[in-house]
Amino acid sequence: MKEGIKKLNRRDFIRVGALAGGGLFLGFNSLLSCSDEDKSGKLVDLNAFIKIDTSGQVIIINPNPEIGQGVKTALPMLVAEELDVDWTTIKVEQAGLDTQKYKRQVAGGSGSVRESWDSFRQIGATARAMLISAAATKWALKEEMLTTKDGMVVNKQNGEKIPYGKLVELAATLEVPQNVVIKSPESFKLIGKRIANVDNEAIITGRYRYGIDTKREGMRYATVIRPPAFGQVLKSLDDGEALKSKGIEQVLRFDNKIAIIGLSTWEVFQGAKKIKAEWADEGILEGTMDYREKLKMALSKSPKEDSKRKDGNVIAALSAASKIVELTFEAPFLAHNTMEPMNFFAHVKKNGVELHGPIQTPERTRTRIAELLKFPEENVSVMMTRMGGGFGRRLMSDFVEDAAWVSKLGGEIPVNVIWSRESDMTGGFYRPMYSYKYTAGVDANNKLVAWHHRSIGVGAGAASADSFPAGAIPHYQVDSDIYPSPVPTAPWRGPTHNFLAFSEQSFIDEIAHQTNKDPVRFRLELLEQVRTNAVGKIKYDPLRFAAVIQKAAEVSGWGKSKDHNIFQGFAAHFSFETYVAEVAELVKQADGKLKLKKIYCVADCGTVVNLSGAETQLEGAIIDGIGHAMYAELSLTKGKPDQSNFNNYRMIRMAESPEVEVHFIRSNERPTGLGEPGLPPAAPALANAVFAATGIRLKTQPFVKSGLFI
Amino acid sequence: MAAFNIIINGKKHQVDADPQMPLLWVIRDIVGLTGTKYGCGIAQCGACTVHIGDLAVRSCMFPVQSVGDDPITTIEGLSEKGDHPVQKAWKEIDVPQCGYCQSGQIMTAVALLKKNPNPTEEEIHRTMTNICRCGTYNRIKKAIKQASQQS
Repeated sequence: MKEGIKKLNRRDFIRVGALAGGGLFLGFNSLLSCSDEDKSGKLVDLNAFIKIDTSGQVIIINPNPEIGQGVKTALPMLVAEELDVDWTTIKVEQAGLDTQKYKRQVAGGSGSVRESWDSFRQIGATARAMLISAAATKWALKEEMLTTKDGMVVNKQNGEKIPYGKLVELAATLEVPQNVVIKSPESFKLIGKRIANVDNEAIITGRYRYGIDTKREGMRYATVIRPPAFGQVLKSLDDGEALKSKGIEQVLRFDNKIAIIGLSTWEVFQGAKKIKAEWADEGILEGTMDYREKLKMALSKSPKEDSKRKDGNVIAALSAASKIVELTFEAPFLAHNTMEPMNFFAHVKKNGVELHGPIQTPERTRTRIAELLKFPEENVSVMMTRMGGGFGRRLMSDFVEDAAWVSKLGGEIPVNVIWSRESDMTGGFYRPMYSYKYTAGVDANNKLVAWHHRSIGVGAGAASADSFPAGAIPHYQVDSDIYPSPVPTAPWRGPTHNFLAFSEQSFIDEIAHQTNKDPVRFRLELLEQVRTNAVGKIKYDPLRFAAVIQKAAEVSGWGKSKDHNIFQGFAAHFSFETYVAEVAELVKQADGKLKLKKIYCVADCGTVVNLSGAETQLEGAIIDGIGHAMYAELSLTKGKPDQSNFNNYRMIRMAESPEVEVHFIRSNERPTGLGEPGLPPAAPALANAVFAATGIRLKTQPFVKSGLFI
Repeated sequence: MAAFNIIINGKKHQVDADPQMPLLWVIRDIVGLTGTKYGCGIAQCGACTVHIGDLAVRSCMFPVQSVGDDPITTIEGLSEKGDHPVQKAWKEIDVPQCGYCQSGQIMTAVALLKKNPNPTEEEIHRTMTNICRCGTYNRIKKAIKQASQQS
């Protein structure tokens, strides 16, 4: 893709105005509404992305929710780069939800930077152009004679400088120029540098207020009890003991839930333990063992006639093949386990509701709450806090709905509804349990000619039809099915990809083994076939894909180790438009036990915006991916989760974390996703290293159950 | 209910609380200092770590009645300006992602370095058992080593 100016559409028109207290603001004229104008028809600074006051203070607004993916730093960097200001002097502010002013206020799909790359730089460049125009007017010089540096317009000839603060009032009266040229990558000063998280200071001093830290005058605390098993309903409730418990003010019953309202978090948690409730089964309650059988049975039958992808004729090619390779993989349910448990502040009033807390999808949540409480959407305000993790759990709004109900039914009280860890872990929205079956056919020339991928998930579909090696194989078919269940499932970091990559990359490793090919060379051969003669549609660029694979082999010294106790495994996966290849390196001890030492990672995510942020996303995603593959499982017995806290749901800790070495492919392409793509290849890289070390193919998670590790 | 006199970050507080109420909730909901986090309530994750004297304590299971006269330090009281060597290292290494577990991580690390200014990797692993779902462990380790060299 060529670097250049993207033509902005009508929704992207930039508008300018004067700050209420003096100064300049720029924002997008998203919907041409009149809500930005005050009664006199003058623009006010509500929809600003950039504010510069007369003292020169620059404030850049981050409209997107921050879950630890670094948008609150990366998005303002895009603006600051073009505006040409000293990063250390600017301030970043978090915007609340306002769809009249901002577009796509979502944290999900690794999309924040991808979606904002053009528009955020355009607005920075436009502001800079207007400040130059103002200086040109002031000095009676041509704009060409002026440039900018660190928040000042500079006369190129004599070096005379004027700070932006002295130009903002004049600039605010100017016409907005159209299609201002944005920087070419060679002149980036900020993009590509290591910039620390803008909230670091507040975080490391404990000053940052997460949603769970919300305090208001007269605020009450509450917690909610849900049915202990999925598929149960509330039959009867005895709240006598709970109401006698210290600090408890009210017990409410709504839907199938019970809310306990009181004076402190601990007291409501204690009160909840004193609730006596009877729950009735609504049908047959299933558990992990039942699902395992059902998924197995479903995969043994012929697939439905609704393949997600069909190239050539897989059935015929498999029956004609010289060799068949077949493996079935199974994934457990996983909890999201954000370190900050679910919580939300709500205050329902006569005409509206104030919502404040950690949410990845503020817009959808506002719509949902407006419907539930029968308020017009404009009477529902949502302020997003930095989240103590999201990972997909906070795409759901169930906990916000609970908070709104508790506030309303509790008598329109300001309330922070906080889940205990046990509620959080057992309360649902899990990564679905999956089973994936792969059958491949190899012809008489030892060439992979057929690939049949069948998948089924509990409560959610599993397959991604066009994932590599689609495009490289003449006969290729993907079938996907869903097994319905009352267990609520949700996207979980790297949705679908998180297990797809494990099974697919393990299977490729198995085919390489059975056809006596080096796993790296085998992948490169397949990609070469895609490049020269792709079968059907492909969504990835085979050259970029091959480049990360080659570089990962190079930086990890693939196949070159002379140490007989070190074993490597390879995996590469394309997700959220980013190419990632990883090599896991493990050590086999004298007693045969394995210890993962290191993961090498090479990513092509286009232009790296914030080098520190980009590295940390990959390091974290890899450790997260390894941790879950090694240790995590949420199992159910008769609809009830067997794990409820970190004593029986194991999370990776420092001692088990591998060293991670991250490399990027240098690129001027558009930035692509980064919060998720590092995770999917981590588990298969490790599993393939285990195969190299032991000849044992890991087909289920958590790996720790194999007994192979120290 | 009972009245307790506790010293938090050098300041005396008289709190009226159930003697069994864990120190975490006294700090958060009664005193109103929210830098100390709730993560699990069973002393597994370490998000609630504070110092009682020089000892790192997981405050979510520590009843307020057991505090006695020992002064408590929370993340807010670690330094005046966020410039404790460990905090500085955290900023320089750019450790936090979501940031939620980091005050507990920092309090654990500070207590470790106070007791053992030059910990081995093994000793760091043994002490730093706090959970971080973002997976910032390697940067935490790097920051501890950096702070260790500086102190």
